[in-house]
Amino acid sequence: MGEFRMPALGADMAEGTLTEWLVSPGDRVTKGDPVAVIETAKSAIEVECFESGTVARLLAEPGTVLPVGAALAIIEPAAAPRTTADATPPTAAASRAETPEAARPPLEAPLPTGTAGVRTAEPPAVARGAVRGETGPLVRRLAAERGVDLTAVRGSGRGGRVTRADVEHAAGKGAAVMATRSTRANVPRVRATPYARRLAAELSLDLAVLTGTGENGAVTAADVREHLRGRVPGDGRRSGAQATEPAATRRDKHDLRDKAAGSSPEQALGPATTTTVRAAAGATARADRATAMRRAIAELMSRSKREIPHYYLSSTFDLGAAADWLRAHNHDRPVGERLVPAALLLKATALAVHEVPRLNGFWREDGFVPGDGVHLGIAVSLRDGGLLTPVIHDADALPPAALMARLKDVVRRARTGRLRGTDVSGATLTVSNLGEHGAESVYGVIHPPQVALVGFGTVVERPWAVDGLIGVRPVVTATLSADHRASDGATGARFLTTVGRLLRHPEKL
Amino acid sequence: MKTTYREALREALREALTADERVFLMGEDVGRYGGAFGVSLGLVEEFGPERVRDTPLSESAFTGIGIGSALAGLRPVVEIMTVNFSLLALDQILNNAATLRHMSGGQFSVPLVIRMTTGAGRQLAAQHSHSLEGWYAHIPGIRVLAPATLADARRMLGGALADPDPVVIFEHGSLYNLSGELDEDGAAPGIGAAAVRRPGHDVTLVTYGGSLPKTLAAADVLAADGISAEVVDLRSLRPLDDATVMASVARTHRAVIVDEGWRTGSLAAEVSARITEQAFYDLDASVRRVCSAEVPIPYARALEEAALPQPASIAAAAGEVVGRHG
Repeated sequence: MGEFRMPALGADMAEGTLTEWLVSPGDRVTKGDPVAVIETAKSAIEVECFESGTVARLLAEPGTVLPVGAALAIIEPAAAPRTTADATPPTAAASRAETPEAARPPLEAPLPTGTAGVRTAEPPAVARGAVRGETGPLVRRLAAERGVDLTAVRGSGRGGRVTRADVEHAAGKGAAVMATRSTRANVPRVRATPYARRLAAELSLDLAVLTGTGENGAVTAADVREHLRGRVPGDGRRSGAQATEPAATRRDKHDLRDKAAGSSPEQALGPATTTTVRAAAGATARADRATAMRRAIAELMSRSKREIPHYYLSSTFDLGAAADWLRAHNHDRPVGERLVPAALLLKATALAVHEVPRLNGFWREDGFVPGDGVHLGIAVSLRDGGLLTPVIHDADALPPAALMARLKDVVRRARTGRLRGTDVSGATLTVSNLGEHGAESVYGVIHPPQVALVGFGTVVERPWAVDGLIGVRPVVTATLSADHRASDGATGARFLTTVGRLLRHPEKL
Repeated sequence: MKTTYREALREALREALTADERVFLMGEDVGRYGGAFGVSLGLVEEFGPERVRDTPLSESAFTGIGIGSALAGLRPVVEIMTVNFSLLALDQILNNAATLRHMSGGQFSVPLVIRMTTGAGRQLAAQHSHSLEGWYAHIPGIRVLAPATLADARRMLGGALADPDPVVIFEHGSLYNLSGELDEDGAAPGIGAAAVRRPGHDVTLVTYGGSLPKTLAAADVLAADGISAEVVDLRSLRPLDDATVMASVARTHRAVIVDEGWRTGSLAAEVSARITEQAFYDLDASVRRVCSAEVPIPYARALEEAALPQPASIAAAAGEVVGRHG
């Protein structure tokens, strides 16, 4: 039995508001599935669960503010290590019937030492061993094609060997589970045009709250726009748009907003209700969030300046080679696949950390703890003010094109409020790139408990000495703000020099 | 310069015959009669019967001669009276002209231009009125063009003759009397690209050939209703210029395809499928088609008009797609 707890989504988070459950009791969840939407001072974030199992009980109502670490839900482990992870019966009803413990109060659930435990005591180990040692390449290929995890398949062949039939069997069950999942959701599909669907997704708008006026009642782009006009706070058209809504809808929204504000905590849980709460609460929450975000930034930055003895270095690099390489690289590519200098700057930063690992990690309890990889925090300024720092994990391992794609993805999701828990946690080093705003250099404030922040200014053309002659070159000023407790100026200087050296050979990035 | 579609085509032929000795025109009645639609009137007097050749009533034979002379180094322009009759030469066009480059492993090409009339609207009854452009656009190995404006009538032929592979040019019968101003020194428009004939932002009307004037008229009707329609003229039916169509749909989010061919298995069906494949997430309404009724084109004027796409039916389809949002 596991408790799903309020996660700490960043060093600055002490409490969060549960705004929406994405699961209901009885749902099966797999590690990494989003289960709830948590509103922090900065943003609404979809939080993933850390274990697989069945949701037994939800302990908190949407709208509740809870401290980090507070239990939010009980998740029953997936019937211990059952041999086949996908061995779910084909219907939800059957699933509940077979796992009665899910329906019982969690504390009375039997410990996993009963028959289930006996049944599954040793076979997984055998199966695992068999996979490593004895599964033939044909079976492995088949498994890869069908998306079957061999480690989760119980082998029926000689010595526990996994056979073709086992893989086929597992694949078939997997398909049945998928089918169950899609039907179980039981939410009627909203009729919407592809364009409206795309717009709504980009704007993080739930289609279910819209009224369709298109062909056969389909939601069209105009309906999406109409809805947006109606909910922008401070917009004079807001009241007008509301007045055109049916009275019942308007009343519902009022009720729900009151509930969301906390006056009526015992509201029913259900997808329709919660999504409406999200939409209705969205407008009022937005104004509050701007204030809250400012307060959170203030708190974190004050703490940083109070606790961290910063030292600052800067260096200006010739980007001629990088610019030439980018031009050649982008020449034949469609706009969507082109790289911008930021991709190279991030990649160079991530690689430079390999040579100067002292800047990549955390200062904890009077000691430096190196990061478990190079996870770059990207400072993203939001259009209506404020700052978020989503993370690009393992940035050092991504080719520039993939890095560029990840960068675009997290920036877009940060700006549309669709970040997930994994997007905001685990940064080991933050990069602030104010290039697009025209500043030539940025001396940043370190994001605790990290020990350094790298700043890049805008790329400008400057007279520059090359081989004893003055030429005009594109240059960029890179800065380092570092924690003097964790490193010294010489370390920082070596880091900046390394970044500059890497940028001279963009083809190797 | 004030001119007509017919005169623009003639001027293009005159220019080609003058510029290149290898060019010659052949077909039924193209010489002394001046062409069934008067396109080549006067050319035989100017260039002589060797270069403006009357042929017997045998489409297969004279199209085959065109293929042979193209292989032998000449630049023939073959005129087939209507697309209906061209089916008699379809074996030559499909099995020989379109395939020889591929079957010879690239050793031979067939620099042949075939002009033919297509379309209804002049009370010539079924056997002279069908629109089978889509059938030709189906064939790999040939290029299919549909000039719908004076400028295209005047200048597409040059590009077609420059192409080392067979090119079929469809001239819609209702366009021959189209008149207007033509820029004498206008640049030759590319033969592979579609053209936006009228910009707009509410709906894209995709069309070609004889349906272009009707579609532009429909756009006027729509404008009066406050609907801004963009009109895309395909110009090249094979290959299709997907980029221009998709860029337009990305602006307007709605598409209506106007095609005088029959709906089933039509060129309109092909364009519609491509929009769904390439621009699905830009679509804010299902793609509509305005095509001819699936009957042999009738002789009686009222019935013929009813069978064909008309400005009113095009505007009605566009209005439905746009809905009430304007």
